[in-house]
Parts: sequence; C-alpha cells; structure tokens
Amino acid sequence: MTEKLKLTFPHPPARPQDKPDFSSIVTPPAGALGVPPPDLRAEESQDYANGLIRVLDNAGEAVGPWADYVAGMDRNALLLGLRDMLKMRAVDKRLLNAQRQGKTSFYLQCTGEEAIGCGFQRQLEKGDMNFPTYRQQTLLIAADYPLKDLMGQIYSNECDPLEGRQLPIMHSSRDYGFFSISGNLGTQYIQAVGWAMANALSGDGKIAAGWIGDGATASNDFHSALLSASVYRPPVILNIVNNQWAISTYTGVATGGSRTYAARARGYGIPALRVDGNDYLAVTAVSKWAIDRARKGFGPVAIEWFTYRVAAHSTSDDPSAYRPKDEARAWPLGDPVERLKQHLILRGDWSEERHTQAEAELLDEVTAVQKEVETHGTFVNPKPISPATIFKGVYAEMPEHLHRQRQEMGY
Amino acid sequence: MTRMTMIEALRDAMDVKLNDDPKVLVFGEDVGYFGGVFRCTAGLQAKYGEERVFDTPINESAIVGMAVGMAAQGMRPCVEMQFADYVYPAYDQITQEAARLRHRSNEMFTCPLVIRMPTGGGIFGGQTHSQSPEALFTHVAGLKVVMPSTPYDAKGLLIAAIEDPDPVIFFEPKRLYNGPFYGDHSGKSVGWAQHPAGEVPEGHYTVEIGKADIRRAGSDVTILAYGTMVYIAEAAVEKCGIDTEIIDLRSLLPLDLETIKASVEKTGRCVMIHEATRTSGFGAELIAEVQEACFWHLKSPIQRVAGWDAPYPHATEWDYFPGPERVIRALQKTMED
Ligand SMILES: Cc1ncc(C[n+]2csc(CCOP(=O)(O)OP(=O)(O)O)c2C)c(N)n1
Ligand SMILES: [Mg+2]
Repeated sequence: MTEKLKLTFPHPPARPQDKPDFSSIVTPPAGALGVPPPDLRAEESQDYANGLIRVLDNAGEAVGPWADYVAGMDRNALLLGLRDMLKMRAVDKRLLNAQRQGKTSFYLQCTGEEAIGCGFQRQLEKGDMNFPTYRQQTLLIAADYPLKDLMGQIYSNECDPLEGRQLPIMHSSRDYGFFSISGNLGTQYIQAVGWAMANALSGDGKIAAGWIGDGATASNDFHSALLSASVYRPPVILNIVNNQWAISTYTGVATGGSRTYAARARGYGIPALRVDGNDYLAVTAVSKWAIDRARKGFGPVAIEWFTYRVAAHSTSDDPSAYRPKDEARAWPLGDPVERLKQHLILRGDWSEERHTQAEAELLDEVTAVQKEVETHGTFVNPKPISPATIFKGVYAEMPEHLHRQRQEMGY
Repeated sequence: MTRMTMIEALRDAMDVKLNDDPKVLVFGEDVGYFGGVFRCTAGLQAKYGEERVFDTPINESAIVGMAVGMAAQGMRPCVEMQFADYVYPAYDQITQEAARLRHRSNEMFTCPLVIRMPTGGGIFGGQTHSQSPEALFTHVAGLKVVMPSTPYDAKGLLIAAIEDPDPVIFFEPKRLYNGPFYGDHSGKSVGWAQHPAGEVPEGHYTVEIGKADIRRAGSDVTILAYGTMVYIAEAAVEKCGIDTEIIDLRSLLPLDLETIKASVEKTGRCVMIHEATRTSGFGAELIAEVQEACFWHLKSPIQRVAGWDAPYPHATEWDYFPGPERVIRALQKTMED
C-alpha cells in the first residue's frame, strides 16, 4: 500500500492568539547592494531579486551606493516627501473617520505603505501613467491631485469627478497620471503593458507603471503582463506591493515555492529588484533608477516593494480575527514616516517640534477641505446626484433603448 | 426548529455534507482560516481540517480549474467566488470545461461541483460588488443554475447542489444574507430571526433543483421572480392590492415550467422581474417560454421589470435598483388591458 501523500498549506508565522513573529524575515543591512547598470538583464538581477535594497540604516543614516545615487537630491525634495506622507496619513485618518460616522459607504487606508507611492510618483513626469490598485491613493497625493476631487469621490457628491459612479477609493484621473481603478483584481497590470507599448509605438517619451498587491499576483493577468512585457520590452515598470496580507490570506498562499515575487518576475525574463518599501530613500532611489532606465529604452523592470499592511483591509474588515493585534508594531522594517523623520533630524534638517507642527498644519488643511466638500453632500446629509448619470457615458452615443429606459426612469 | 440567517443556513449545509461525505471539499479566497468575507464558511476549517477546507490564491480560474480536476476524479468540491462580479476569470473553466466535460467525454469524465457566489445589489457596492450575471450561465448547456431566497431553501438547495452529479452555479443574493429586503433601504431591516422563512431544520434535507415555489397565491397576475426580487414583489403586491400570484423560481435551470404554466393559465397576466440588466437577461428567456406555453391564455402583454442596461452605479443605487414602485407600475399596466 502506498503512503498517502501530503499537500502543503502555507501558514502565516502568527495567528491572533500568538505573539507576532517575523524571525523568518531576513533584513540585510542597509547599503549592501550596489546600483546596477541601466541595461541590467534578468539573469544578472538575481541578487537584487532575492535581496533587499535598503538605504536608511537603523540609526537613520543614508548609506551605500543607492544613497550616493540620490545624494544630489536637495533637502527640500526629502521634506516634500515627508510632507506627502503626512498629508496622506491625515487624509486617511479623516476619511476613515467619515466612514465611521456614516458619511460615506466605504473606505480603505494605505497605512504603512505611504513611502512607496509617494516616493515613486515624485520621480514620474507629467504624461506618464500609473495603473494603480485601490491602495495607491499615495500616487494622487504626491501628484498634488486636488483634495477636493479626491474627497468628492469618497462622498459620491457633486465634487466627485466620476459623478458617483464608482465605489469610494476607486479614483480615476487622466490628467494626474492615474488610470481608472477597477474592482477586479489584476486587470490593470496587463493594461499597463499595453499602454507602455502604445507609448513606444507613438514615440512620445512617456512610460507606464503597473501596480499590483501580493495577493493579486496570483491572477492570470499578472502572469500575462510579465510575459507580454518580457516579449515586447515596452517602457513599463511592474510594481508589486507585498504588504504580507491579502485580506485574511497570508502572502505565502500567493508566493508558493517562489522565494520572492521579484524572483518570479525574473523567471519571466524581466530584471527584478526587491526593495524596503518603508524606506523613503530606497523608494526614491530605485524609482528614479527604474524610471530612467525605462525612459531610455532598456525595457521593463519589476520591483517588489516589501512592506506591511498596518490597517485593516478596508472598513469591512476586522484583522484581529486572523492576525495578532500588535503585529504591525513588530514589523522589522519600521514605519516609513518615522524613519524619514529620524533621517532628516539626523541631518539637521528637521526637528520633533517642526514635525508636530507640520502634522497639525496638514491635518488642518485636510480638515478644512473636507468640511467644504461635505457641504456638497454626504451619506447622512445627501444631495442626490442626478439619476440621469446612470445612462451617461455607457456609449459615446446613447442608443435608442437607453433613451427609452431613461425616459421610463423619469429623467 | 431553529431560526438561522441565510449565512448560517449555507454554512450548515456545507457542515452537513462535509460530515456526511469525505469527498466533499470547500475552498476559495479567504474561505479557510477566516471563514469567508461573508463568514459563510466560518468554523469549518477548524472542524474538518485544512485538507477539507482551505484558502486559495486569488485566481478564480485556478479555483474552478482545480475543482474540475478534483470533481472528475470523484471528489465533490464546493467552491466560493468572493463575489459574482469576480467569476469572470473562471468563465472559461466553467463554460468550456465544467459544463461540457460529461458530454464531450461521452460520460467517461463528469464534473459534480458547486460554485457558490454572492450576487445582486443593494449594499452600495458599486459596479464590482453588485452584479447579477445569472444569464451568462443559463445560456450555457451543461450547467444548472439556482438562486434561493430563504434560509430554508438555501440550505436545502445547497445540499442538493453538492449531491448533484453535474456542475451547479449557486447564486446567493447577498442582500438577503441577514434578512428579507422589501426595497426600503432607509427603513429598519428585519432579521431572519423575525421571519418564518428563517426556520431551518437540523441535519440533512434537500430542496429539489428544478422546482419553483409559490410564495403567494393570487388570481389576477403572476409574478415570476427569484432572489431579492421575491421580497420586492411581496412589497409591491402588498402596497397596490392587486391579487397577484408570486412564484419564486429558485431554480433557473432546469426551469419549473409546469408551475409557471399552471399559474399563468389561471391568471392570464404575467410580470417578470429581475435585478440583472434587461437586454438578453434571463427574463427574456422566461417571457419567451411563457409566451410559447400560455399565448392563448394571455389577456395582456407580459411585462418585464429589470435593471437598467448600464453598469451598476454607486451613488444612484436606488434609482437603478428595480424597486416596488416599478413593479407596481408593471402590475397596473398588465391590468389595463
Ligand atoms: C478578481 C477578484 N477576485 C477577488 C477580489 C476580492 N478581493 C478584493 S481585495 C482582495 C485582496 C487583495 O490583496 P492584495 O493583492 O495583496 O492587495 P492589498 O489589499 O493587500 O493591497 C480580494 C481577494 C477582487 N476584487 N477581484
Ligand atoms: Mg497584500
């Protein structure tokens, strides 16, 4: 008789009753990895795909070749980065609160992941296009997208550029390089490849950036994107935000036997790097390198941003049911805001007092816009959007049957 | 008898079958440890172990593809799509593989699997948490398609679906998970504990796939509905007072034409309602069947109330949702002639 074979079922290091345990996560010292040449090939990227690019060390010092790579960046750029992240936190805080008060149906935070989108966006140029997921509101903040539009979308009121069509957080802004978000995971990733192919074909000098969560790397479209990008080599950056969780599902269910997500991209023939996503300097340096490379025509590159989803998946989720309550605090790569703050203080460019003051100022600024936007209607005090918007934009020209239905509706 | 929510009744059905039959497996996204985003599988992994109840990668085509492979060998997978709106990556595996495996292999391989999915709107979910794609499956030969509207039917139909020798698409109207919904979204909601249809027997029982349920007897008009719309129909009838027979189809494929025919022959009038978009919706099929079967008994044109032919909106959800007012207008229209 043959032995019954055993299947494997990946488990997170800790469940609610356990102590957080990140002992299996290897954090190489900051500065350990060099800056590769811009024409880096997949087969040469093994160390980058399996390692972890870090710039800020535990003391807050910027060290190593990647620090040198961005040494020319002036202090204002870093202060701006800190400001972007603080603004993002203030927006998330206020809008989460609004949902709790019933003023909007839904919200979702990006706490802990602020450095990634904020740092990346500041390296893009106008005309480049992001293909984001619902957790990249950071891209909008760092693109200086008007807060009134951003919040209008959350309240589905007349300030909403999408006129209430989409679930809150499913933004869309062509002018600010933010492709229309789909609720269906993964779809945007392959579209980013197509957009970048169009950039190359039209010769407009612009690039595209795809974004995907660790969980959604399991989708067919993730694999389609890597393969297509590997075949045609368009100017696209394929970002993977590995925040360890996909709702309640541990990231190991998506990595399987692969060592890292970056390694998986390498398997498709795309050079790949893995980066400490909670290190604003590392994010900035690697983004700059990747964007520069893509624009110069060296083809696609994949970046795994290693981070941790501090908040609940969304306002519909309670993570205490599947992970330890204090897991975020045990995350070995710290908090992106705290780390950049520490670095700036160390450089003599910042202080605790200025930080506290900046936080308060930004919260005031955000709150003021929020109050104004709320006067245009919230869920508790609605100012209805015209039902005619239901039929507007289904087609370029409204077919007869939709005219009839709109009439039947009474608008 | 105990009263249960529809969520509890579905869980109980899976519990009964996991216990009965070692070949039954339950899996999907967030289904294992956590027990599903709607909690339908809560506690099942702890009770039956990871080999029977487990989490999957976020890939619907993988979930159904694995289930097809398992089912072909005689396992009985009951898998979950987190929302019906996310079934599309699995459409190939469902419609081209699961649906046709029996026929194309001349019954050498079969595919006894269940694909559960929350469907329908009414929860401010926007265009990707509100869809009603049932017609995309009734159009495919080889699939059975069911949609319960009560906890009792949910449990009985799910057990029947798991025991069925063919693939069953099992739609769960998410607006009914915790209680009936009569179309008044601002009014206070009643839970299943306060409703007689929340009574669910313990242990094993089935509700036959292919049998409709007459929810209200009436003499002047027949309403054909399923899922959430059964309650919208009840609310409309109560308000307008037209003596209406309400049929809850429960099973769209196979369809209980006999019950429908008997009712329409009696009333001579028919209103078909569904949440799904109108054009090429399941209502088109229903109306065609009724027209063919009952033409000489009809006193007025059959009316259709359905979702507008547009993506499901967020802010204007209640202008989109076909509520009692639209059903009343359709009922009145059938009575004009
Ligand atoms: C095709 C599809 N399947 C399932 C879902 C439901 N869903 C929404 S978010 C999510 C988890 C995604 O996790 P991840 O990709 O890691 O992103 P994160 O939320 O961590 O940013 C799931 C399963 C979906 N939106 N689309
Ligand atoms: Mg994730």
